[in-house]
Amino acid sequence: MGELLQHVVNALILGGTYALLGIGLTLIFGIMGVVNFTHGELYTFGAYMMVLFAMVLGVNFFVALGLAIVLGVAMGAAVEIALLRPMRGADIDTTMLVMIGAWIIMQNSEQWVWSGVAKSVSSPFPDEPLVIGPVSLSWLRLFVMGAAIALIVGAHLFIHRSRLGKAMRATFQDRDTAALMGVDIDAVHTATFALGSGLAAAAGALLGPVFVVTPTMGNLAALKAFAIVILGGLGNFTGAALGGFILAFVEELGAGYISSGYRDTMGFMLIILVLLFKPTGLFARAERIG
Amino acid sequence: MKRISATSTLGLAALALAWAGAAGAAETIKIGVNEPLTGAVAASGNYVTDGARIAADEINAKGGLLGKKVELVIDDNKSNPTEAVAVAEKLIVRDKVPVMMGAWSSTYTLAVMPKLMEYGVPMVVETSSSGKITVSGNPWIFRISPTSEMEARAFSGLADKFGIKKADFLVVNNDWGRGAGAAFAKMLKGKGIAVGVTETMDAGAQDLSAQLAKIKASGADTVFLTTGVEQITLVLKQAKALGIKARIITTGGSSAPNQLIAQAGSAANGSYHILFFAPWFPQSAPNPGVAQHFVDEWNKRGLNFAGLTEGFRGYDGIMTIAAGIRAAGKAEPDAIRKALWGVHVKGVNGNISFIKQGPAGKESGQNVPNVYVVEIKGGKVILPKL
Repeated sequence: MGELLQHVVNALILGGTYALLGIGLTLIFGIMGVVNFTHGELYTFGAYMMVLFAMVLGVNFFVALGLAIVLGVAMGAAVEIALLRPMRGADIDTTMLVMIGAWIIMQNSEQWVWSGVAKSVSSPFPDEPLVIGPVSLSWLRLFVMGAAIALIVGAHLFIHRSRLGKAMRATFQDRDTAALMGVDIDAVHTATFALGSGLAAAAGALLGPVFVVTPTMGNLAALKAFAIVILGGLGNFTGAALGGFILAFVEELGAGYISSGYRDTMGFMLIILVLLFKPTGLFARAERIG
Repeated sequence: MKRISATSTLGLAALALAWAGAAGAAETIKIGVNEPLTGAVAASGNYVTDGARIAADEINAKGGLLGKKVELVIDDNKSNPTEAVAVAEKLIVRDKVPVMMGAWSSTYTLAVMPKLMEYGVPMVVETSSSGKITVSGNPWIFRISPTSEMEARAFSGLADKFGIKKADFLVVNNDWGRGAGAAFAKMLKGKGIAVGVTETMDAGAQDLSAQLAKIKASGADTVFLTTGVEQITLVLKQAKALGIKARIITTGGSSAPNQLIAQAGSAANGSYHILFFAPWFPQSAPNPGVAQHFVDEWNKRGLNFAGLTEGFRGYDGIMTIAAGIRAAGKAEPDAIRKALWGVHVKGVNGNISFIKQGPAGKESGQNVPNVYVVEIKGGKVILPKL
């Protein structure tokens, strides 16, 4: 029983960051229709920014976290303006190729700057876990879960309560009408991509101290993000959030009770099942922003 | 006057350069190096390659081999067996190396082995520990690192001193991890020690909490951990976060304890590591002069001290290859292969020579190296008091 509880707790904690990754991608893939291959790289970028600020420059951990997220947003905006804006109107295949190219460049730059050897980020939280009965909770992971949930709620409020959020929803519902109503389409596209990328960078910055930081860490993260987006339905914010938790549970319980060596495949087996039986995603009926 | 076009001038210049380049290349003896410089086990691959460079530079400083300079042709197998095969083929076919060293992980080495048979090029195996490598009937393989069975045998005396009652295994899910798990489990069972759960993890996996939760619930007092230093860091941190009290013993010699101390912090305390070189105590190595010299050169180059526990493999590997080339008298694959059987090298780990292993007529070469155990205590590496 203690083992099951521990698995459940592990899954809850991981689910928050998976949700962040998924929401970021569903905004971009689901709403903008861009197959964003750089999503994993923004995740990696966030983690390396933590290495830069918290480890190399010795900045306070929480300040470094904030900086990493802000820079993630900026990087997302830069990618959108430099690569996607000129391609607006091109077909999905061309955009996909451009994003693949950006992915390769970003990953190799990371490798070139930081070398292939793993880096770790130390956190100010105590190493000793919080023990409640049979369950051990790491302070760092609790913080990560809390921060992830806070960011998810923040993103949701932004999309539903702010003017820019409303403009986003309008643009992706009907672009021409939104333009006629005075919405700056270019700005909305940039903002959406930047927001999605910022969430990915946040996930990377939060998970960097939990795991280790390597140039290829984004590959697996991107694949899981796509899995979550398919699970939750394209463009479905709540679906992606729930999908993140579901993936974490499937992985954790699958690895714990079926086969630990195949942990990462659990998510993909789940996608196959979803695509076979409910291709629009588990929560297709729920709210759509687009 | 007939004007020579720009194109043909350029063409001639290019030809001249290529010719000069080719002529220049004939003056070196090439040794291929097939290591993971990026990917899941990049730290180790880089350390081994650094050690190899020290060896090559030392050989060249002393006048080279057979009157020519040694040139290391280093290629990255990206911690991937398919890539390792591609690298091996490129080294043999394009760079025409007569001998190579590689490929770090047992999985990559096993993948490369058929290519060695196909092209008839010998390879010195510096790290891989799967027993399968030297018993598959491949006469082009010469291994200086110990097999997992040798490690387990060397450790068996210590199992009693540790007072192990029940042990779990947490291994990377490939030939190395599974082979080490099997070898140590067999050794423990032979002593009547109970074996608990054997958990595996994908080489690139970062979240090991599921496996560790099961290990925590199993009630074992010891966990044998076999994987690369990046994953060991993750396991130590996550084991501490889960409140696991069992002692962790890493096998395979790729634990780079100083890197663990730097990256896992206090989570590394209380862990034990099986190594094949103890750079903190070079004077207690079988060849103290060689060991000390290697440590000094490594430090002089400003390389990370943590890498010494693996870097020596590259050094010993290249020195062994060099001895083979010298004995062969020419940089020709089959001659080098025959010559390697007779080499006696004073390496950093100890004295290197090859015994026959595997099916008769197609034996591979296997060295019998020394094994050390260290403990991390209070953020420092010590020889455990047992």
